[in-house]
Amino acid sequence: MDLTFDADQEGFRAEARAWLAAHVPTEPLPPLGTPAGLDAHRAWEAALFAARWSVVHWPVEFGGRDAGIVRWLIFEEEYARARAPRRVSGAGISLAGAALLEHGRAAQKERFLPPMASGEEIWCGAWPEPGNHGDLADVRWRAVRNAGGDGWVLNGQRAPVAQGAVAQWCFCILRSQGDPESRGGLSCFLVALDSRGVTVRPIAPMDGEAGLAEILFEDVEVPDSQLLVDRGPGVSIAATVPGAGHGLGLRSAAPLTEAAARLIDLFRQRGSPAWAADAVARAQVNAQATALHALWTASKAAGGQLVGPEASCNEIFWSEADVTIRRTALALLGPEAELLDSGSPDPWLNGYLDALADQIETGTHQLHHDVVADHLLGLPQG
Amino acid sequence: MHFAFSDEQLQLRRAVRGVLEVECTVRALRDLGGASREEQALQAAVRWRALAALGLAGLLVPTAEGGLGLNTVDLMGIFEEAGWWALPEPLLESAGVAAPMLAALSPAQPAAGALHDLVARDTPVALGGIDVGATGPTSPTTVSADGMLRTPRVAGARDAEVYVLACRDPDSGWQLHAVPARACRVHPTATLDRTRDLSTVHWPLSADTLLAFGIAAEASVGLMVDRAATGSAAFLIGLGDRLVVLAADHARERYRSGQGFGDLRAARYLLADAKVRLELARPAAYRAAWSLATAQPTASRDASMAKAMASDAAELAGRAALQVFGAVGHTVQCDLHLFLRRTWALCGAWGDAVTHRQLLLAQTGRMTARR
Repeated sequence: MDLTFDADQEGFRAEARAWLAAHVPTEPLPPLGTPAGLDAHRAWEAALFAARWSVVHWPVEFGGRDAGIVRWLIFEEEYARARAPRRVSGAGISLAGAALLEHGRAAQKERFLPPMASGEEIWCGAWPEPGNHGDLADVRWRAVRNAGGDGWVLNGQRAPVAQGAVAQWCFCILRSQGDPESRGGLSCFLVALDSRGVTVRPIAPMDGEAGLAEILFEDVEVPDSQLLVDRGPGVSIAATVPGAGHGLGLRSAAPLTEAAARLIDLFRQRGSPAWAADAVARAQVNAQATALHALWTASKAAGGQLVGPEASCNEIFWSEADVTIRRTALALLGPEAELLDSGSPDPWLNGYLDALADQIETGTHQLHHDVVADHLLGLPQG
Repeated sequence: MHFAFSDEQLQLRRAVRGVLEVECTVRALRDLGGASREEQALQAAVRWRALAALGLAGLLVPTAEGGLGLNTVDLMGIFEEAGWWALPEPLLESAGVAAPMLAALSPAQPAAGALHDLVARDTPVALGGIDVGATGPTSPTTVSADGMLRTPRVAGARDAEVYVLACRDPDSGWQLHAVPARACRVHPTATLDRTRDLSTVHWPLSADTLLAFGIAAEASVGLMVDRAATGSAAFLIGLGDRLVVLAADHARERYRSGQGFGDLRAARYLLADAKVRLELARPAAYRAAWSLATAQPTASRDASMAKAMASDAAELAGRAALQVFGAVGHTVQCDLHLFLRRTWALCGAWGDAVTHRQLLLAQTGRMTARR
């Protein structure tokens, strides 16, 4: 056991830190929902990609650095530390990107990965609400073989979809015809949102950060070349697109660590009230524990072990810790907590709403509990 | 960066499991509650010798002193096993806390003598007189009317021949002593966990038994607390694992036997939640062990994190398991209570979760300066 980073890793960290210090915009980007905001976010993705920081863990040929999971964690740490902009391509890279790297054919990887990493094509993800056991049993989401036998016809509706309003492509998981009852048989498709039969209706979210949309598929024709996984054996989304080796599911704790550090600052600014001390300390512990668990899991993955269920543990703990940190901050702000424009540099209120939304976006809290109950505890599904 | 155990470490853990699954069964734990003093002592001695044969007592002791010369990281899997089997003997106190302190003070007497007892004569060492408060270590040792010192909650006094005892005087500070059992009066204490051996010890203060005093003793006590917090974290994680597995087995059995199980959903959620917390507590405990083994400046902070995480996780595992077992879980017919009692005892020993979070908050200035 050795918890020190070697000289190469430290060199990588220094390089990332220097680049971010020189390039992270000093002012926050305009909101994603505005045309100027969308352009600014894309320009930031393009800048990251040009310097090969967009997808450090991907192979070099697709714009990455083949950095490995530990360096990826280092980069995420530095990214959060630099308080760099939110990644508009983040969800696509971690979900669709990871699935493509894991399951994609060569032509699919060449076609989809580089523009995903550069922000030229923004991705969203859509699948039905998990049913009783997160097994996507919703029959309204269906893929049926087309009449010509060279493609598929998709039907379904999902709202809200994060990034749906700004995305060009959608990563979909649905049940193909033929095995409606089976727990296996989930297929993944890559769907262009300008295809015929696709309707995208923007939805205003509670926190005002635009990007959410309702997505409706009505007899959308998708060629075979956009089928990623044909009736895979997974029982859940998390199991269908494992790819933990590519960063999916395993999340860097860096944003938590940053939030926990800012919480301490806030706590001290407010005179270190005794009633908040335990919650503030808990935030530090939780953030550190999450970071350590990520490294522990990364070492397992680097040793070739499958870490899907461990990633679900991380996810559950991460998102609960995130919500708790922000609730504590709001409690410390007291009557000021409800102010949207308090002049505070730390947008705790939006952070809280984001954290709550995050529990749903990342595959839902319940679904990850199911992964743990099924795969780590072997409990019956009832 | 390689955050994993070596094959040798995993092998040693398996060897310990091999001993405990024979010597520390639920049956043995149950017998311990009703056995006579002689039977208890015999059982304890057999178990301790089997563990000592693997070198555990001297695991942290340098090879020159007759130990294995290993470090805290090597101990973590062993303590997890000890927790899983709810080992009654003071392995944590003897091998994890007292032994490295004695080794550091050896070959001076009386440290060398006490160490000899532990490593060469296969006798555990008892430990007492150190508590963990929100501002640091405190001592519960007081002076009795007869002039003897009185230390409550000494662990492992029943079977030990040497007691490592601490006291703290407001003016002169800490003192650590290695006191022969025959010089002490021992009153066993009734505790929630009948397999845990705690006593009140009355002992004479003597220069002959002095191990360290003043600043040296204070530094030793600080390190002992970090080792104890880290070791008990691993112990608690092992206990928590057992509680979750017992409850999961019970849930599966009830489900298979077709008894009404409308609350399976709730059981799945509760146990998954407990499992998540145990999985997150594990690397935090390993990190603390590594920090101790490599003398990192963050060792105290890491030990506090480990104990806070593990105490909360194991406590939650206990509540989840009780919920899943239902009424039968509250009875002594069910094995659960053996592990619940130890969990509750260890959650509070060596500083509970809240105490360690307070300790940690006091250190966060140093923590944020780390990067």
